[in-house]
Amino acid sequence: MPALFRRVAEKDRKAIHLFVDGHEIEAREGDTLLVALLTRTDRLRHNEFDASPRAGFCLMGACQDCWVWTEAGEQLRACSTTAQPGMRITTTEVPWLMNR
Amino acid sequence: MVDEPVIVIGAGPAGTRAAQRLVQAGLRPVVIDENDRQGGQIYRRQPANFHRPPEKLYGTEAAKATALHSDFEMLRPHIDYRPGTTVWGVSEAGLMTVHASTVDVVPFSRVIIASGATDRIMPVPGWTTPGTYSLGAAQIALKAQACAIGGRPVFMGTGPLLYLVAWQYLQAGVAPAAVLDTSSLATRLRGLRGMASRARVVANGVRYMADLVRAGVKLHAGIMPRGIESSDGGVSAVTWRDAKGVLRHVSCDAVGMGYGLRSETQLADLLKCEFIFDPCFQQWRPHVDRDGRTTRPDIYLAGDGVLLRGADAAEAAGQLAACAVLRDTGYAVDAQEILPLHGTLATMNRFGRGLAQAFPWPAHLAAGLPDETVVCRCENITAGEIRRAAGELDAPEMNRAKALTRPGMGRCQGRMCGLAAAEVLAAARDVPVREVGRLRTAAPIKPLPLNCTVKS
Repeated sequence: MPALFRRVAEKDRKAIHLFVDGHEIEAREGDTLLVALLTRTDRLRHNEFDASPRAGFCLMGACQDCWVWTEAGEQLRACSTTAQPGMRITTTEVPWLMNR
Repeated sequence: MVDEPVIVIGAGPAGTRAAQRLVQAGLRPVVIDENDRQGGQIYRRQPANFHRPPEKLYGTEAAKATALHSDFEMLRPHIDYRPGTTVWGVSEAGLMTVHASTVDVVPFSRVIIASGATDRIMPVPGWTTPGTYSLGAAQIALKAQACAIGGRPVFMGTGPLLYLVAWQYLQAGVAPAAVLDTSSLATRLRGLRGMASRARVVANGVRYMADLVRAGVKLHAGIMPRGIESSDGGVSAVTWRDAKGVLRHVSCDAVGMGYGLRSETQLADLLKCEFIFDPCFQQWRPHVDRDGRTTRPDIYLAGDGVLLRGADAAEAAGQLAACAVLRDTGYAVDAQEILPLHGTLATMNRFGRGLAQAFPWPAHLAAGLPDETVVCRCENITAGEIRRAAGELDAPEMNRAKALTRPGMGRCQGRMCGLAAAEVLAAARDVPVREVGRLRTAAPIKPLPLNCTVKS
């Protein structure tokens, strides 16, 4: 899949690794989850009603279009969550809390 | 009796100056900031491990940004700063907040809301395609994360931010494919008189346009958006009608869109402040006096969250709102402090109204949206559904339309679609937009995590 975002500066930051839908990806320290994902791929999730792909819209926590989930079922707004090493993210909502 | 604190919501230019003035008077305000770092949107800060200098991030406004940030750092020991915290509701006991997944109730004696604004959006067919962002988003990607939304973006909409963002992309080495503005050269000339009150700002804008033209970026005025086209699930082109009515097309891989700003007024609504319709900005906003007092004696408003006048005005309005709180609670405030702030805001008012005239909200586009165009992104509600509410289901106003066909019912509560949905409804009923009212706010105004714990 092509990436939506491209980095234009601050490219020499330390690499971190996280997992998206089970696959390990490399991101940079200080990336938001949205940036960590969209510099690798072209969508964050699918709309609940027609399954169309979505990739966020406002980037300031207002539109609620950029939700991703942790494997534990926690909802995260990708635009305002900083990527942490070892995070395990899914781009589809898990139907129940897997850790409980 | 325990004295409850004064709360400042928001830590952009308005919130920062409000907090600073309260601290000067010896108070210790609670400052609740939804972002992880102070600064707001215009002066949004990059993560701590980034190295670009302020001049790169804020351009001509670098000195103001730096002053605001360093003043806030000096305030830190004197305030109860709560970053990463959202106010999502109101109860008898105080403001309901959430931080990570911890819910808290924060009692208050007075509240200054400085919640800022978001992009004002007019939908267009295809605008839910990945790669389409608000103008503010395009700027945040660049400023806070050093990323471009694409390699060949189109910027479409109207207002000064359109040219600023396009110029910032150009400076970052990402040449826009085109800048498409719905405002005509004639409306811009009409607005010039009001805008002349801030010649430096106008000169900056003209410089951005000139730089773009010099770099070969095509600027089109008086356009009518037709659609965002996609291939393989991503943005591939934008189509529009030019000023002569000719259908045109430009290839691109991303779109930044926005038509001015809309005030973020949901908290004032939850707190039951009275609203008025502002014919100049064509939107509802809480009624305030010139110091920022609302119709509720304990609630004050400052910055773009009540009136769209930009960051400089927000600093003055924040200080004024704090002065109002101080005066209303028995502190002495010298009239010599108030007068120049009123003067500043009078200039900003003229300028803001000039801008609204120069780059008018293109309300007329709502009537022409094809029925199948998504208006409400959250719930995938189309223009056709809203028209069904207007006609067959006979909804006279927005809340009825929402109950019947769900525009604004989703997670964003109409923050993105509310104003445009009202235009679709008004056009379908052939009434002025103020007659269809505004969406009522309901808590939680932003989604809460499922596994919230209550702070004890």
